[in-house]
Amino acid sequence: MAEEGPFTDISGKPISLECQNYTPFCREFTVSSPKVSLLKVMGYTCSVWLLAYAVFFLTENTTVLSSAIMVTLVGMILHIHFVKVDQETLLIIGSLGIQLSSLYASGRESTTFIEMSKIKDIVINEAIYMQSIIYYLCILIKDPSEPDGVASVVPLFQVRISSTVYTQINCFPIGMVPVVSCLSAPKSLILLTVLFCRD
Amino acid sequence: MVLKIFFPKCCNTADSGLLVGRWIPGQDSAVVLAVIHYPFIPGQVKKYLTQMRSQTKVDLTVLGSWSMPKDGQEGMDSFLKDLSTIFPHSRWLQLSRESGKRAFTCRVVQENGKPAAKKDGDDNDDDDDDKDKIIFVHYDQRKVMLSQLHPVQEQKGSEEESTELRTMFQTVAQSEPLFFHDMYDEGPLKLTHWQSEGREASIIVELVKQASVPVCIVLTWLLSVWHWLCSFRIFHVWPVQFISSKLSTCVQTGYRTDHFQTVFSTRKATTHMEFMRKANIFVSFLVDIALGLLLISWLYRENRISQLANTLVPAADHVAKELQELLEWLMGAPAGLKMNRALDQVLGRFFLYHIHLWISYIRLMSPFIEMILWYVGLTACLGLTFALSVLSDIVALLTFHIYCFYVYGARLYYLKIYGLSSLWRLFRGKKWNVLRQRVDSCSYDLDQLFIGTLLFTILLFLLPTTALYYLVFTLLRLVVVMFQGLIHLSVDFINSFPLFAMGLRLCRPYRVAEGVKFQVLSEEPGTPLHLRMEINPLKFSSVLQCYRTPTYSCYPKDSWVALCKKLFIGELVYPWRQKSTKTD
Repeated sequence: MAEEGPFTDISGKPISLECQNYTPFCREFTVSSPKVSLLKVMGYTCSVWLLAYAVFFLTENTTVLSSAIMVTLVGMILHIHFVKVDQETLLIIGSLGIQLSSLYASGRESTTFIEMSKIKDIVINEAIYMQSIIYYLCILIKDPSEPDGVASVVPLFQVRISSTVYTQINCFPIGMVPVVSCLSAPKSLILLTVLFCRD
Repeated sequence: MVLKIFFPKCCNTADSGLLVGRWIPGQDSAVVLAVIHYPFIPGQVKKYLTQMRSQTKVDLTVLGSWSMPKDGQEGMDSFLKDLSTIFPHSRWLQLSRESGKRAFTCRVVQENGKPAAKKDGDDNDDDDDDKDKIIFVHYDQRKVMLSQLHPVQEQKGSEEESTELRTMFQTVAQSEPLFFHDMYDEGPLKLTHWQSEGREASIIVELVKQASVPVCIVLTWLLSVWHWLCSFRIFHVWPVQFISSKLSTCVQTGYRTDHFQTVFSTRKATTHMEFMRKANIFVSFLVDIALGLLLISWLYRENRISQLANTLVPAADHVAKELQELLEWLMGAPAGLKMNRALDQVLGRFFLYHIHLWISYIRLMSPFIEMILWYVGLTACLGLTFALSVLSDIVALLTFHIYCFYVYGARLYYLKIYGLSSLWRLFRGKKWNVLRQRVDSCSYDLDQLFIGTLLFTILLFLLPTTALYYLVFTLLRLVVVMFQGLIHLSVDFINSFPLFAMGLRLCRPYRVAEGVKFQVLSEEPGTPLHLRMEINPLKFSSVLQCYRTPTYSCYPKDSWVALCKKLFIGELVYPWRQKSTKTD
């Protein structure tokens, strides 16, 4: 019973979710953000350059113009390389592990693979962001020195998805133990059940 | 149970044969290391495996059979099935691949001959679970063999503590002797593994490896001679030792000789971290020398040394003049404050006389400065760090008078503050109890109180003058300290930056691995899952953190708050403190 329909992130921008089933124990979930809109880019650059031109008009110094150009270029490059996330992928391979991958707008891909033996649990955690509470999915990693402790918490999906995305996708009873424990669940939140082969 | 088979990419197109590898204990997975081709004699295979097992300390076994039928080899399949009876096994894998198809098929046979599919108990859709529950992970054998997973676990702990991936990496790395013979060699067995794709070796690398042994021996002998020279008694007399601990050049020399001992030792590096440290030290030393030679070539061209020497004396003169003007200003009414005339004159004349001495000393040295600079500049061929240390020492020597002024001013100020605080306690009828380290009440006699009050007033009214001198000289001293600190930081940076590790991360990123990444290969329906495993290299910041050479780094001894407190009281500050012992 998956909840269909357009998903949004916490700032209201539309995002899309895709699931791909390779085999019963290997699945991939992809969350994509909309691309950088051309209008916005043009708007920002125009405003920056108008401002620089105004300053140039007042001070008659050409370095203002060239520095404005440099700043815009460098800022845009840094934004698409480090900030703008195009797509995030979660690949779950039963009894091997979980792989998280983020694809940035400049094409850079940053991947982390967490082995099954290191994973303690997958939970939906809540956090206070500005004036509201958001929910995010995270993986708890075992502490090597303490068998019951938690070494670190890895939040999935940098793009902050709103609660309606966490929908129940599928739940196979055979040999697979869904391991999502919800720390707090308002009525509008439906759990994301992750395929988690603990063979 | 999901069975994971790590299959090397180089064996994808290998001819039919036997699979040799290892079952990872505790996990349901197998690592395939090589394929032994037909024709072979089973007895020879067993003998070879026993020999390899003792050589590599990895429990290699025959995992199963691999069949990739080519034209004219139709009878292979039945032959392959019979092989399972010859070699001892708990599970036998029958992998096969048809030409033209990309996916493999696999059958697992248990020891008792029955296929492993059926489980007891009625679970639905178990019949085709046999195919579905196998994952093939394709890995690049050469890269995995050469790579090192981080965080590096040096101690050979028990295998249960290692995770599956780490065990797999270790297996491939330790099986290096297995890869010496391949199918093109003359021998009883023909194997396919990564070397079959084309052996890579460089003559230069081999020659350098051979030549490095005698060179290391010679250099170690030279180092021992140097150590014998340094152990002379004359160098251990207290003044010499004290001065050499203050001069950064001597510290840097000692540090470098320690390094050489590590690098040029004839013992081969056994662990990964040792090897990386040796390589880092060696490469950074070479770069250091190269930069030093570059500096020399720039400095000695176009008579720059004499230009430098000619500007040095006027610069020193200029500094002395500025200081004199500063003192004259302090002796007058600086910033509108009214100073105590007598004390002002005394302090001012005292410092002016010092400056006069110093400037005469500089003038005395001026004819020799060019020659001294010329010879000192030659020491830069020992490395840029050396040149920077020498520069720092020269700056320290030239600004020695500022240091002296600072010490005089600070001591005077400290005494004043000390006296004031003690007499202030006398006012309130209290006393500092040295035994108990606390303030106690105390009843004073009338004459004690009278003298105390007098002294207190005197000290209080003389305080602004002393404080002003102290402030001025502390600021000057701090400027010099900042400059020296900058030089030391850059020396430290050159010393500790792991150039070899960074270069490795840039050029051969698979050697420093943080983890792995998987990609699903498009498969045909009905075949097991095929994944491609690639090595995820370490981030640059982690490389830096992991492989930094520990140095005698200069670090601020006190925090900002403690420093300010010390400055306020008048205690002497040495903001940059060098660690006397290296921490490994």
